[in-house]
Amino acid sequence: MKIVIPGISGGVGQKLALHLLGNGHDVVGIDVRPWADAPKEISVHRVDIRKRAAEDVFRRVRPEAVVHMATVTSLMMRGEERHRINLGGTRAVFEHCRTYGAKHCIFVGRHTFYGAAADSPLFHTEDEPPMALSTFPELADLVAADLFAATALWRFPELVTTVLRACYTLGPTGHGTLATYLRGRTVPSLLGFDPLFQFMHEDDVVTSIALALERRIRGIFNVAGPPPVPFSVIVRETGRKRLPLPQFLIDRTLGRWGLPRLPRGALSHVKYPVVVDASAFRKATGFRHLYDEVKTLAAFRSAFPPPISHDA
Amino acid sequence: MADRVERLQIPFSAYGTDPYGVSKRHLIRIFTAARFFYRHYFSVETHGLVNVPPRGRAMLVGNHSGGIAIDAAMVYASMFFEMDPPRLAQGMAEKFINKFPFASLWSSKVGHFTGLPEHAERLLEEDRLLMVFPEGARGTAKLFRERHSLVDFGTGFLRLALKTKTPIIPFGFLGGGDALPTVSNAYKLGKRLGVPYIPIVPYWPPVPLPVKLEIHYGAPMVFEGTGSEDDEVIQGYVDEVKASIKRLIHHGLCLRRGEPTASVHFGDEDRDIR
Repeated sequence: MKIVIPGISGGVGQKLALHLLGNGHDVVGIDVRPWADAPKEISVHRVDIRKRAAEDVFRRVRPEAVVHMATVTSLMMRGEERHRINLGGTRAVFEHCRTYGAKHCIFVGRHTFYGAAADSPLFHTEDEPPMALSTFPELADLVAADLFAATALWRFPELVTTVLRACYTLGPTGHGTLATYLRGRTVPSLLGFDPLFQFMHEDDVVTSIALALERRIRGIFNVAGPPPVPFSVIVRETGRKRLPLPQFLIDRTLGRWGLPRLPRGALSHVKYPVVVDASAFRKATGFRHLYDEVKTLAAFRSAFPPPISHDA
Repeated sequence: MADRVERLQIPFSAYGTDPYGVSKRHLIRIFTAARFFYRHYFSVETHGLVNVPPRGRAMLVGNHSGGIAIDAAMVYASMFFEMDPPRLAQGMAEKFINKFPFASLWSSKVGHFTGLPEHAERLLEEDRLLMVFPEGARGTAKLFRERHSLVDFGTGFLRLALKTKTPIIPFGFLGGGDALPTVSNAYKLGKRLGVPYIPIVPYWPPVPLPVKLEIHYGAPMVFEGTGSEDDEVIQGYVDEVKASIKRLIHHGLCLRRGEPTASVHFGDEDRDIR
């Protein structure tokens, strides 16, 4: 099967490409970022998904399936440009899928779509609305991209559309929001709160996307691996030190003294849990995670041991 | 204590937490503290335990008694200390609790989640034991003179019981109003602090008094239906549960006064356990 992967140079994108190549598929990538050591069988086109050159790739390749991972999730990039990439890029991908006859398009979204709030339920199901819009406005473009992809389900009935809302990725490549938050030796948290966090090993994320491709499932699906664990356990098991700070202090210290810089809305994610019910995906694909919570945390810790303290 | 926590029928992970975040470590701590209050401070008497199923889904439904959640804490303790194997009665907490530091952390780690239908349904589907006070915050706001009365019940619990085919175990709780004799409620102050109200008691410090508390568990009530019945039908069922709780309270009061009572069915092998 010919598969185009916009956003191939990301951590999961590369692993997915190699996995699909290993399974005998023809893989073509689109990304503005380089993939230096990409195997020669995978051609990576360094173009912006919104530009004409990206459409040329679709025209030449005529993919049967597309895995759209070309969204900007980093909170470091803000503003209009991020919105343009996430929304304009998603629109372009679906248009090209229709124009050039792709049969299946997978949009890889995030479970943070559901938002974290004091009164939100544990284990969100796919039919819930995106509360992230009010609790974490900085995610608005990602939520909008997810909703746009979801509209393809009824607007383009000839195209099988899969919207995956995957939980945090953790593993030896260290890619992803949670991995970035855990990068330092000291991890800030909110005093008096210890929310559940859901994460899955990056290899399991790859397996889940590959299964969605293989089974050609239509619809919106939450994707998760092992059961969630409290944030304090993640910090402890990855060898980090938790720094619980009261709300007023954390507002003033983030981004200073080596602590990560985060928008205000992100704090709700270290205050309240966002946990998804992934039973529909498991039922549709037969997906079973290979890495439990212990193995996943150990894999991250072994790849990223806690930085050595200067006063040690 | 650790041994009883181990015997709870809950799927704890390698880290000692269940998929909802209930933590073994926190359970041991909370039950260690609860044991003193349950056994000594309030000397709780529990009746009709035979009515509570030792495993499988069930809903403990009872009256609020006392301005704060002493009732919930003691029902929670009775299920842990008196049942064999012990059961974790999971409460449906008021939404405001999650906003407060530490309260949020402790309530979820010891098994009490925000009172959302999604939580209750999911827990029942997993054959857990739920503890429900259908009077809600209005129930805890009862004044001393109203301590043995019942206010209006919500109907959500009944629809949920029908939908999930869960037996309802009614219980009557006695003594909470004597432990914390509320003479008034400060609603404006409560609103400022982010809670429904602050109970006012006529002494200082405003801590619960060491009075004897009683819990009377009644025979299971099973209703037929799907949960989508008309309001009138549901209200009829709710009234039945309410009447049953009222009888349990009356039964408890009669026992206290040494008066004869024969109106309550406690199951075939009624036992009074202390």
